[in-house]
Amino acid sequence: MQESPGVDIEKLARLSRIKLTEKEKGAFSAQVTDILGFFQKLQDVDVEGISPMAHPFEAAAPLRKDVPGTPWEPGRALRNAPASRGNQVIVPKVIEDV
Amino acid sequence: MNPESILETSAFELGRALHDRTLTSVEICSAFIQQVEAVDATVQAFLQLDPGSVLEAAAASDARWSRGKQRSPLDGLPVGIKDVIAIEGAPLTCASRILEAFTAPYASTAGNRLLEAGLIPFGRLNMDEFAMGSSTENSAFRKTTNPWNPENAPGGSSGGSAAAVAARECPWSLGSDTGGSIRQPAAFCGVVGLKPTYGRVSRFGLVAFASSLDQIGPIGRSVEDVAALLDVIDGHDPLDSTSWPDPSESASEALQLDHQPGVIGLPGEYFGDGIDPEVLASVNRVAEAYREMGYEIRPISLPHTDLAVPTYYIIATAEASSNLARYDGVRYTRRAESAANGIDLYFQSRGEGFGEEVKRRIILGSYVLSSGYYDAYYKRAQQVRTLIQADFLEAFRGVDAILTPTTPSPAFRLGEKTGDPLSMYLADIFTISVNLAGLPALSMPCGLSSAGLPIGFQLIGQPFAEGRLLQIAKDWESAHPFTARPGPVTRAS
Repeated sequence: MQESPGVDIEKLARLSRIKLTEKEKGAFSAQVTDILGFFQKLQDVDVEGISPMAHPFEAAAPLRKDVPGTPWEPGRALRNAPASRGNQVIVPKVIEDV
Repeated sequence: MNPESILETSAFELGRALHDRTLTSVEICSAFIQQVEAVDATVQAFLQLDPGSVLEAAAASDARWSRGKQRSPLDGLPVGIKDVIAIEGAPLTCASRILEAFTAPYASTAGNRLLEAGLIPFGRLNMDEFAMGSSTENSAFRKTTNPWNPENAPGGSSGGSAAAVAARECPWSLGSDTGGSIRQPAAFCGVVGLKPTYGRVSRFGLVAFASSLDQIGPIGRSVEDVAALLDVIDGHDPLDSTSWPDPSESASEALQLDHQPGVIGLPGEYFGDGIDPEVLASVNRVAEAYREMGYEIRPISLPHTDLAVPTYYIIATAEASSNLARYDGVRYTRRAESAANGIDLYFQSRGEGFGEEVKRRIILGSYVLSSGYYDAYYKRAQQVRTLIQADFLEAFRGVDAILTPTTPSPAFRLGEKTGDPLSMYLADIFTISVNLAGLPALSMPCGLSSAGLPIGFQLIGQPFAEGRLLQIAKDWESAHPFTARPGPVTRAS
């Protein structure tokens, strides 16, 4: 892991669910390779026995009491949806015909 | 008071004038609306401002004052809002095409607390898209300029929030800070910006970028104003599980208390190579001034400082790639028209809706979280984060606050760094450790460069000790008031 790793930009775009233009693929390949090279600095640090930190103050994160609240009117949740009908969001067909 | 005097008056003093009935909220809001109309064609800090609804809220506030029913001593003062903080019924775009038509269906807790105190949301302020950037040039909609020189960047990502306050377009504002996004633009624009301790201000209704780093905070033109606005928005919120459960002390009350000078640490790692000589000289003068005020200045070491930038960009991009997965073309306003099926809908909506920097960070985040690289990048960065926090906690055994430059240089020129993402990331070098460690920190103006651009210093405090931090900042401000004004956008009164 010492040398800067290569970048498979097609795979990363797929994982990220982002359609990239050819120009973006070229630019991002080079830039992401550069930035990952910069990240290599961490590989030399001795982290043996150090716990990973997910949040600065772990003591926080209490749960609320499990009591029912007032749900939104469906219309309020759907107001920003690009397409809806009744109480549902409309999406393009997801399942292929067999 | 004439409209131009209103613009120059601190929010705290405007509140006093409301109390004394020497000014009305309508007069105050009208003065700021006029200033936006006069200068925002140049500054371009606002993405949206609806003068009609502001004046309506102002008239309602004046009616409350007349009946003695004001909600707080600040009732009727306008507050600019970064366009990443939800106010119910107001636009919420995060300066992104993907949310261009989005209207907030509910309010952030910070926003609700403003309303409960009678404060008036004053427009939507420009920012880097989804708060990712250090110059506000990543906004999909406008290029905000620095009020001190329109050729220069206002900083970012809360560039609109800092520029609007500097340009007297609003008395104060809310920003958000994930890696320096309040403090760096505050330094570039010559205003005061505070990033509170992680957990002090609820993140509910703050559109998430990197959830373990994000924090809402105030920007103003005085320490007193920033303290007062913090007191309005902070405190425990059951809707944010990372909100700190203990009640916090009032920052404004802390400023009223008598206090002794303390010990200020100067970390050698923040005063090394690569700093603009004028910034270095300026911050050294601040240290000397504190010494003259009776503070002890003690050299300290934060040995893992040089690991902060890579650690931050691994953690922030990982969290961003996860948080931004929700923008899928299904629920949030923008959808690619040409998508043939559900999967295409994701790819095309995100490809069309996100700007370049957001795409780059999601891709980086996908990389560091992907199978085979998770331990080497993400987990390792979380471990180094522990070391970085431990450096600070160790240092705070001997000092009350840590003094550093806020930025390595005064405001850079617009366009100077846009082609080179890594050099833009390095602009955050002095601010990001604070977010990794979860600490409170503020930026104070401390002079102008020979080119007439503001220079800021940063004071970092102990967890939840904003009161002490603000006392120390106030000592500086009282002895060395920052009286310079950005010439291009303010007129002599």
